[in-house]
Amino acid sequence: MAAETISPSRTTSQFWSGVRLAVPATVAAGPFAILYGALAAKQGLSFFEIVLMSVTIFGGASQMVGIELFGQRLPGWIVVLSIFAVNFRHVLYSAAVGRRIAHWPAWQQAVGFFFLVDPVYAESERRIEAGEKIGFVWYMGIGLTIYVAWVVISAVGAGFGALIPDTHAIGLDFLLPIYFLGLVMGFRKRPLWLPVVIASGVVAAIAYRYVGSPWHVSIGAAAGVALAAALAKPHPPADPEPDEAGAAP
Amino acid sequence: MSETLWIILAGAAMTYLARAGGHLVLSRFERIHPRVEAGLNAVPAAVLTTLFAPALLTGGPAEISAMVVAGLVALRFSFMPMFIAGAAVLIALRYLTG
Repeated sequence: MAAETISPSRTTSQFWSGVRLAVPATVAAGPFAILYGALAAKQGLSFFEIVLMSVTIFGGASQMVGIELFGQRLPGWIVVLSIFAVNFRHVLYSAAVGRRIAHWPAWQQAVGFFFLVDPVYAESERRIEAGEKIGFVWYMGIGLTIYVAWVVISAVGAGFGALIPDTHAIGLDFLLPIYFLGLVMGFRKRPLWLPVVIASGVVAAIAYRYVGSPWHVSIGAAAGVALAAALAKPHPPADPEPDEAGAAP
Repeated sequence: MSETLWIILAGAAMTYLARAGGHLVLSRFERIHPRVEAGLNAVPAAVLTTLFAPALLTGGPAEISAMVVAGLVALRFSFMPMFIAGAAVLIALRYLTG
């Protein structure tokens, strides 16, 4: 059989092999989908808004950032910019995976990029390293599994959020800082991680006290990024490593 | 349409732009300048750090202990144990200190 003729059964098995690869990431992300939905409901977002965010943004960390900032009654563009900033790492994933799916039809590429979240990127890199091609059906097997689970479970969490009586006693109000700390720790193998975190953290804390929220976010982040650019050594650029934190949300 | 809806949809558009745009923009360059690459690489950690750093400044003993324990657990274990350890310390200390 020629490589080009793909029988329906082969396509189905490709899809299911993608689905199987997505199971661990889905299980890991589940509790955070619940948490996202519950916290968003506590912040006063409607059920429709909570689910719409999962359906259209499909990025755990950035959705958490979004609901955290919604609670502070900030100008909308700051919330949008913060969501973009957290998802900015996908620019590097896109550049790395994009080269390997350039043979897909344009519409498949356009669809595929929507599903390029951390676990999908990680599995794609693994497959490239194994010397295999990335097929659209296989890729969508991973992407759709994580997507459907993320949307459905965050809707369940949104239902739960309304039922929680005392959010302070169970620590719900402080879980987001711990969550963000965990994500940052997941990046710790990246070059210049410690100087970036120290610079951003110290500058953000100072700005929080003397300039005020929300400016500490952009001022602190700019300090870390500028320091990384200043300290960078010339080297041939490598493909980005999938972040450990991505295995969760 | 409410402002919240606009923010969500604009956030979604920007997210898609990041996922598709990396390929469309960066693939035009043979090489990315190392300083640009280092800056891009630092963006997520830099942004996310600013979201918990003020909590270290304003938090009480329960909040700060939870962060320290979570940070230490993260050095050896994966995301989920880190998160559970931090939450457990937080809830326990809040319960004890009322």
